[in-house]
Amino acid sequence: MSYITSDQLIARLRREIPEIDVHQLHDLLQKNPDLVLVDVRETDEWAQGRIEGSLHITRGFLELQIETYVPDRDRPVALLCAGGVRSLLAARDLQQMGYRRVVSVAGGFSAWKNAGYPFSTPRMLSEDQRHRYSRHTIMPEVGEEGQLKLLDARVLLIGAGGLGSPAAIYLAAAGVGTIGIVDFDVVDTSNLQRQIIHRLEDVDTPKVESAARAIAQLNPDVKVVGHQTQITSQNAFDIISQYDIVINGSDNFPTRYLVNDACVLLGKPLVDGSIFRFEGQVTVYDTSRGGPCYRCLYPDPPPPGEVPSCAEGGVLGVLPGVIGSLQAAEAIKLILGKGDPLVGRLLLYDALDAEFRTLKVPKNHNCPVCGDHPTVTELIDYQQFCGIPHPEASGNGAHQPAFS
Amino acid sequence: MATVRIPSPLRRYTNGQSKVQAQGGTINELIQNLEAQYPGIQSKLLDENGNIKRYVNVFLNDEEIRTLQGGDTPVSDRDEVSIIPAMAGGR
Ligand SMILES: [Zn+2]
Repeated sequence: MSYITSDQLIARLRREIPEIDVHQLHDLLQKNPDLVLVDVRETDEWAQGRIEGSLHITRGFLELQIETYVPDRDRPVALLCAGGVRSLLAARDLQQMGYRRVVSVAGGFSAWKNAGYPFSTPRMLSEDQRHRYSRHTIMPEVGEEGQLKLLDARVLLIGAGGLGSPAAIYLAAAGVGTIGIVDFDVVDTSNLQRQIIHRLEDVDTPKVESAARAIAQLNPDVKVVGHQTQITSQNAFDIISQYDIVINGSDNFPTRYLVNDACVLLGKPLVDGSIFRFEGQVTVYDTSRGGPCYRCLYPDPPPPGEVPSCAEGGVLGVLPGVIGSLQAAEAIKLILGKGDPLVGRLLLYDALDAEFRTLKVPKNHNCPVCGDHPTVTELIDYQQFCGIPHPEASGNGAHQPAFS
Repeated sequence: MATVRIPSPLRRYTNGQSKVQAQGGTINELIQNLEAQYPGIQSKLLDENGNIKRYVNVFLNDEEIRTLQGGDTPVSDRDEVSIIPAMAGGR
């Protein structure tokens, strides 16, 4: 039986596979934006240093994953390993798959480094994290880079109630690194019908504490920042400015207008959701992307008492589960920069009809806060704006709820 | 007759129905017809000057009618009209 040695195989591949040196690679990376540089080294090697903009697919997964990243067989692909041998083997396999413009980088990453060209040392997931988030990182839309974005992200939840509960749980499970929660309230047994982050043993505990405990038990990667207070015109900027994205789970109009205006003025995306009985709404207000805001859709609040609250009208327990989860999905998409966010679109869900519908939300160029000539340029008195007597005046100041 | 989607807070006027049929060549006429069928509903949609309230949105299919011709927006039989009031519930 005839055989060839590995040296002979490599010598043969050197004759068959076109090679470029690191200087040519450097040149091509500047000149040819179409070139895909694929680094086929093992993850521990890659962790020591990588060429900025390279795509990391280990040699073992190359044939299985390359089509996801580079479906076009005519796209130029340069393969890189540590010394230029494994990249030859990899190039042969890609050629067999029909990639016509494959080259191997002679000398590999070591030659690149020795030539003094720049490289970066990537931040990496730990071994535990790689396992925990493997269902995320295996998807090209997330990958290890996307997971690191999630770990770096800071999301604020207005309320740890019906909408805030599932949103907090899914964001924490997804590894969103910092979750802020504004809620002044304590857990009540009547909350447990839908506020799934809290437990019977949490009754009478501040919701912020109860939620922080649940998240700590779920994912130690997540830092919870509790703001056990009512969000007001005085503290809204201080609180919201610490975060990248705000998820609205409040349940009263003054807070909705306040959070909207603060987000518009700070340029923060607001993932809005609301629920009543069997119906829910979700949208993303992001005026920094040219989208509309809450005031574009609802310029004026209804008079007090005109629109019933969940406490008055009720809400199906699972409904906030659906809507809050959709809010979490939108926030995660914004963090990853993937997909088409619900900006300028209002998603409606009706549990009784079992239907989802999407309506267009137009930007109002006369909007008082995000329009062409805004008149609201700082936070105002939102109780007064909504026609609600001040808590001091109504005499129940201490228990005037923020999200009742 | 166009189909009108009724939001939860207004279903007490429509015997709990989430979809009703209403007649009218324009949104305004359609609302008048709704009122004739379901007395009281108009006061939830229009202000004292007969304009759509600013915390209620009316959509013709997926377009908000203020971006069309407001109350004069023409409606045909195959259209779907949605009434979307502001909802604050979250907890
Ligand atoms: Zn606006």
